[in-house]
Amino acid sequence: MDDKYKNEFGVFAERPKVEKKIYDGKYIFLGLIIFFAVVTSPLWQNLGKAIPAPVPKLDTPAIQKLAEKDRKCVQPLAFMRANHMQLLDTWRTEVVRGGNRDFVGPGGVKYTASLQNTCLDCHSNKAQFCDQCHNYVAVTPTCWGCHLDMTQKLAEAK
Amino acid sequence: MLEKALVGSKRYYTLLAILAAIFGVGFLFYLRQLTFGLGITGLGRDVSWGFYIAQFTYLVGVAASAVMVVLPYYLHNYKAFGRVTILGEFLAVAAVSMCMLFIVIDLGRPDRLLNVLLYPTPNSVLFWDMVVLNGYLLLNIFIGWNVLEAERNEVAPPGWIKPLIYISIPWAVSIHTVTAFLYAGLPGRGFWLTAVMAPRFLSSAFAAGPALLILLCLIVRKYTKFDPGKEQIQTLAKIVTYATIINIFLFFCEVFTVFYSQIPEHMQHFTYLFFGLHGHGKLVPFMWFSLLGMIFAALMLVNPNNRRDEKKLAVLCGLVIITTWIDKGLGLITGGFVPNPLDKITEYWPTVPETFITLGVWAAGFLILTILYKVAVSIKEEIGA
Amino acid sequence: MSINRREFIRIAGLSTLVGLGGKTAWELLLPGQVEAQLLPKANALAAKRWAMVVDMKKLDEATAKKCIDICHKVHNVPNLAVPNDPKVKMDPADVNRWQIKWIWSDHYHNAFPGQEHEYVQDRVQAMPFLLLCNQCNNPPCVRVCPTQATFRREDGIVMMDMHRCIGCRYCMAGCPYGSRSFNWRDPRPFIKQENPTYPTREKGVVEKCDFCAERLAKGQMPACVEVAGGALVFGDLGDAKSKVRETLKANFTIRRKPELGSNPQVYYIV
Repeated sequence: MDDKYKNEFGVFAERPKVEKKIYDGKYIFLGLIIFFAVVTSPLWQNLGKAIPAPVPKLDTPAIQKLAEKDRKCVQPLAFMRANHMQLLDTWRTEVVRGGNRDFVGPGGVKYTASLQNTCLDCHSNKAQFCDQCHNYVAVTPTCWGCHLDMTQKLAEAK
Repeated sequence: MLEKALVGSKRYYTLLAILAAIFGVGFLFYLRQLTFGLGITGLGRDVSWGFYIAQFTYLVGVAASAVMVVLPYYLHNYKAFGRVTILGEFLAVAAVSMCMLFIVIDLGRPDRLLNVLLYPTPNSVLFWDMVVLNGYLLLNIFIGWNVLEAERNEVAPPGWIKPLIYISIPWAVSIHTVTAFLYAGLPGRGFWLTAVMAPRFLSSAFAAGPALLILLCLIVRKYTKFDPGKEQIQTLAKIVTYATIINIFLFFCEVFTVFYSQIPEHMQHFTYLFFGLHGHGKLVPFMWFSLLGMIFAALMLVNPNNRRDEKKLAVLCGLVIITTWIDKGLGLITGGFVPNPLDKITEYWPTVPETFITLGVWAAGFLILTILYKVAVSIKEEIGA
Repeated sequence: MSINRREFIRIAGLSTLVGLGGKTAWELLLPGQVEAQLLPKANALAAKRWAMVVDMKKLDEATAKKCIDICHKVHNVPNLAVPNDPKVKMDPADVNRWQIKWIWSDHYHNAFPGQEHEYVQDRVQAMPFLLLCNQCNNPPCVRVCPTQATFRREDGIVMMDMHRCIGCRYCMAGCPYGSRSFNWRDPRPFIKQENPTYPTREKGVVEKCDFCAERLAKGQMPACVEVAGGALVFGDLGDAKSKVRETLKANFTIRRKPELGSNPQVYYIV
């Protein structure tokens, strides 16, 4: 009795022999190959090409005007590099929803919490300073749909 | 079970191809809407909801009407409906899917859709609508699929499905009630500010949904080996009859309150829809066709001889579907927005892109419906039901 | 103990890692030793309840136009009738449908529907009633918004958070005053001269007047009030000695559709 095979359909004399075979294997493997080729195509395209890491520049007129010791961002460089998006996200929530529009940075220095009016005042080189890095890491921040980069236009007007 | 959807006759594939093609065209127009904005529709600052939201409202009704086959079968042990519950449930799945697509295509910022979940807001009826619609979709998928699978294996459905079935009954009522509450609680819109809106929604839903189900049953019988059954269709026909009559009755309750009280904020919308206002009356012929057509259908359906003749029944069901669709799909939303809160009139009519996007969503819904019905019918054929 | 900069960065980095975001990092720091903080500006105007009185006896057509123009200018509100690219031809019907207005003027009959009668004074018939968001105490738009993109501030201002709006337009259906506008298309090609200090909007969101929240925050009165030459009185209802309270005490005022229970906070002297 013990060597009989049982499954949900009943009890059988022996385990049914099923031929081990992949049906339509040709199509399956061809499909898999095409799929992997498409998915990995960006890697192949860039193979062997060296794309230099962006170097954001701080040579804007507003920053140049500042004395060396005053050339500080609202937070330390390392923090800004890693967390500027969180900072801006906090700013927008606090400004719009909390009505808190002053940002007190290290040492009690006050800044108006505003991308358009504070950040861009110093970093008037948006294309070089912001876009270059964002393009490099392939992110598209939605800020610029509303917030205006007027630095170019204002400079032309002057 | 899904494998049943992959093999079919040439006719089945042709139908899928046609629906996919319509969906594709609609999708192309939707891409245009994504780049340009909702300005490609006929909407504007005065009539800020239109065709999309109207279709959504209509289809919530179609989805809710599945309860009309589920309730008699499970609560009253009306055995005959056992044959068609799966058709009702799968119709609900397709209808709710369309509802969700219509909501998404109506958003100005669909990329931010998840904000509704990130910032849940219980004081917004739209939040609750999201909850009940998603819940209803899941309920019907789970129930329909499991019961059908059990039927295929010729065993009783799993025990845990029973409570879900009982929950799905009030849940069906809730989806259309909450949808009515979207409109019925807005202070400045006299046309919608009425307590009979939810009952009226339900009655027109229980007319239109089962009417559509009858047509689908007739189609299934004609083109497959599965017959949903004469008795089933006759019972559904009775439901359609009385729901249509109740719907007309509630409409006249509304008309009485509005016109006997003579309050302008409530009257002017009806006046606009049925007689035109200050020379604007795009919808007048449609509204009269809808009202008179519905009355005619109800009168004909009351006569059992007309119901028993399935050809006549099909035509009358078609009429019920069209007239209730005009009532909700054209009149309800536009009528609420005209005249606007500043007593000005801007008329609304869907544009060509808007119409194609709408057709695309309907095609997507019928694609889902076709596939689900193919599975259900194949299994019914297989077990020789 | 004090937390040095390196520690602060570490905490900020950690909280980023677990998805808490920057603000939490600041809150993790000991009180009194925070390295960063957000506060209202020292010169911000504050109130228990902001409100406005529109004195129609003082408001003429020219002043009304001044108010509208300055508001739409400082807030980058597009004028769809005048595209920046002269080659773009706008259908007047589209201009009317897509119009965005934060403040506009309308006839007595449209401002106060149901109030008019056959024999209304000519003087009143001719008045350009300035209409704007009523900043209701019990705002239907806030009640219906599914994401709290529109919300009521403590001081009564009904704000829009453009970052959060999903464009469902439920608030437009909810507003009984037609005070809300939707961006049916990209507004930028219709803004003649952008105010560089204020953002524009994107297509797909709803906007409206917010009593110049951005100006109040800097200690300035709303833009329309500044140019109205006394025809618009703005102030704090919570302060019995404020100009709005005195004006309301000294004059008979009416409000738009008060019977709806939304409790509008823009009052009219006729």
